Amino acid sequence: MPVTDETLKEIALSRAEYEAVVDRLGREPEPLELGLFGALWSEHCGYKHSKPLLKLLPSKSERLLVAPGAENAGAVDIGDGLAIVMKIESHNHPSAVEPRQGAATGVGGIVRDIFAMGARPIALMNSLRFGLPDKPRNRYLLHGVVAGISTYGNCLGIPNVGGEVFFAREYDGNPLVNAMCVGLIEEGRIVRAAPKSPGDIILLVGADTGRDGIHGASGLASRAFAEQAEMRSAVQVGNPFLEKVLIEACLEAIKLPGVVGLQDLGAAGLTSAAIEAAARGNMGLRIDVARVPRRETGMTPYEVMLSESQERMIIIVKPGQEGPVIDTFSKWDLDATPIGEFVNGHEVTIMDGSRQVIATPVGPLTEPPMYEFDAPEPAGLRAIQNEDLAALPLPRQSAGHILLRLLGSPNIASKEAVFRQYDHQVQTNTVVPPGGDAAVLRLKGTPKGIALATDGNGRITYCDPYAGGAIAVAEACRNVSCTGATPIALTDGLNYGNPEKPSIQYQLRRSILGIRDACEALDVPVISGNVSLYNESADKAVFPTPIIGCLGLLARATTHCTVPFKAKDDVIVLLGAGKLSGDPAALAASEYLSLVHDRVAGLPKIDLFLESRLQKLCREAIAADLLRSAHDCSEGGLAVAIAESAILGGLGAELTIEIPDRWDAALFGETQSRIVVSVRKKDLARLEELAEAADVPALRLGTVSGRRVNFGSVCDVSLEAATNAWGHGFERSVSG
Amino acid sequence: MRFGIVVFPGTWSDVDCHHALEKVLGQQAEYVWHKDRDIDRFDAIVLPGGFSYGDYLRCGAIARFSPVMESVAAHAAQGKLVIGICNGFQILCEAGLLPGQLMMNDHLEFRCSWVNLRVENNETRFTHTARKGQVLRVPISHGEGNYTADPETIDELERERRILFRYCAEDGKVTPGANPNGSIGNIAGIMNERGNVLGMMPHPERCVETLLGGIDGAVILSSMFSPMKTPAKA
Repeated sequence: MPVTDETLKEIALSRAEYEAVVDRLGREPEPLELGLFGALWSEHCGYKHSKPLLKLLPSKSERLLVAPGAENAGAVDIGDGLAIVMKIESHNHPSAVEPRQGAATGVGGIVRDIFAMGARPIALMNSLRFGLPDKPRNRYLLHGVVAGISTYGNCLGIPNVGGEVFFAREYDGNPLVNAMCVGLIEEGRIVRAAPKSPGDIILLVGADTGRDGIHGASGLASRAFAEQAEMRSAVQVGNPFLEKVLIEACLEAIKLPGVVGLQDLGAAGLTSAAIEAAARGNMGLRIDVARVPRRETGMTPYEVMLSESQERMIIIVKPGQEGPVIDTFSKWDLDATPIGEFVNGHEVTIMDGSRQVIATPVGPLTEPPMYEFDAPEPAGLRAIQNEDLAALPLPRQSAGHILLRLLGSPNIASKEAVFRQYDHQVQTNTVVPPGGDAAVLRLKGTPKGIALATDGNGRITYCDPYAGGAIAVAEACRNVSCTGATPIALTDGLNYGNPEKPSIQYQLRRSILGIRDACEALDVPVISGNVSLYNESADKAVFPTPIIGCLGLLARATTHCTVPFKAKDDVIVLLGAGKLSGDPAALAASEYLSLVHDRVAGLPKIDLFLESRLQKLCREAIAADLLRSAHDCSEGGLAVAIAESAILGGLGAELTIEIPDRWDAALFGETQSRIVVSVRKKDLARLEELAEAADVPALRLGTVSGRRVNFGSVCDVSLEAATNAWGHGFERSVSG
Repeated sequence: MRFGIVVFPGTWSDVDCHHALEKVLGQQAEYVWHKDRDIDRFDAIVLPGGFSYGDYLRCGAIARFSPVMESVAAHAAQGKLVIGICNGFQILCEAGLLPGQLMMNDHLEFRCSWVNLRVENNETRFTHTARKGQVLRVPISHGEGNYTADPETIDELERERRILFRYCAEDGKVTPGANPNGSIGNIAGIMNERGNVLGMMPHPERCVETLLGGIDGAVILSSMFSPMKTPAKA
């Protein structure tokens, strides 16, 4: 029976893809088979537009234990017999439809990916993007998303140690909600998501299966947004308590001798969990849907296989050894139900009691078609990049006034109002809480610490996708280096529009190349990631937004550096620049350009070799205990970076450096590869020697002093006014 | 001293309390599953923070029916120590071992931050190593920490000096601005009539190491196992 366009649309397969299915099967697919293909060949599960590009990213590292894509998350060795597992994942589309549950289940999903590896989740971070907060809908999305993360994450007892919140018109109606989770495990104890031998039993544990979330993967996450208006039923509802007991029960169960593997049920539910595990183990499988515990009656095999009910895992157990596993789960008042087994051969057999519903080869299901592209530069991009920023008039407002406006901009102002809704201290490891360049956690039982940051600038990526990719990596690593930690692994969350459009293909490809080059220059691998495409509303794509999560390692958790100035008379030094330039090109894609001139334009740049030397210098200086504070220069430029160190330290700054005529570019330009540090007077010479040896320019800017942030007559604000603007700007902007 | 730390489904401060008591403060600590009834071997019981049973229905309302709670009541009746932290405080109120109730924070948001606590009574088994009126800096992390009780109960708590901690400003002044959740009288922690059961919303186990920002929590926890110079007055 020929399939209708309507059906294909529902499962998000193109006519050509359907024909490929028929070709590979040698027959028309059964309705359930078609559902499985729709899910597994969806962008969300199959990465058909991105996999060839993701292969470009460097993942080689002596520390690498689990390579990207091989399992639920990547893993690196951190010494002392320990490993870190980490991954970032998006939940953009569900959050756009139902922000609270969308964000909550996003947290739930990424946490399951981490403990599915056998690791104890030890930290969460979130990278959020919304449309401008002057629109009520965007405020509703912000508050819903934050409440969802707070409600779900806090219940799990995993500290949420920060991340970013950023607003731009281009995210109107399509917020980005990326969640990163980091787990800790003894090296050598990582659990795979695959069977070892035919006969291994599949136990389904956790929540009962309902009709929620059917077509979440193929429907919500894999098509353009205008079609999503009535898809609320495709959003799942989370139960954080169940997730918490599931974590404890699974981490207890994997210590049992008969347990072979663990896999979470995420996008496309049982379909993707079981079939991908079979593919990893190079086996077939047989599932009886009649044995799946359900929360509603009358569900068809199709619905059971494609349900995205949350808080479910499969645990793979040697036959005959299910008993102790089932007992462990029942200790936690959880059911563990055998629903099938892995078998010799390469066939997926789905039974409904004694009736065989389908028998389908694994290969075609798990090998979707791959789309490679090398789209040309879109028309119009040059015009954006070539915009003459020198022609911009200097603002009529004073530089001090502009500085206060920038400090109060919701993109720059303190996000305390968000972070205080997240428990960032539970597990008692948090040494540097959210709000700095990166969070720092100690690792109990070792002297070591880790630093975590997320970064990614859609505005820069819009102006130049290559630079955007490279700068996302550079900034995330710079944030981590500002604590003294060495970046050792990255996870990437790639958020773009509809990949069927050449302009989006260009953005995707170029920014991945930028990520690749930055990884190579900074010598840090990408160990896991996630791609979210079709982020569009009313046919308009979001800013292309690569988000990079960075893991850094500190030899001693006690030897780290933070953002606030520490003491009067310390010298403020800019590392990475030898002079303060007034070149307006530095305003490219800046917060200043957007906030004051309402433009997103220019050609952002980065010198990756300088970046690498700079970060290394910063880490060396911190290890030698030379730096009292270090702060990355990013949104808002030099003046904002200095003001933030002053505000957080409760100490003023007297800057004695000469400011060029084009003060806007000098103070608020966002030239990359710069770090504002402060040092004791007696250590200044040593820092300058280190900088010279590292071939990194260093510029004395002034001293920590007084109660003002003062750049001479050009720009002068009181510490109180700066603190007020920065401290309340966010709440002022987002409370309607 | 031998501490038993109760683990309910959904508890998460159990590990933090264990670490603080055993690794940092050098006491013996052991986990107690909520279905266990035998807790005779312990000198003190800790009901730690978390979301027992997801705090569905009402915070602590389901946990109080766990088998261990009968034993905790018996343990308290023997005059032995019980400390309920955060969710543990909520459970003690639900179980009737402490008066009053914790409602949703008045601003309706979860709040995780450092607060200042003024020690209102330093002649108790939980506070005797503190100075009178000492200000302790301790973190909170809760969505439902808004303490309330009827006026007679509050009067009684005041009269009997059973309010041990109030949220205050850095200088020790008890002000509305220092109240993070709307609690009556800025109440952060109370004890029972006999003086051996404490409930408090802030987390002393989170601040026993300088690396994590402060050690004032050790004042409270170490009061529990340090000998008292003068007998406690409730």
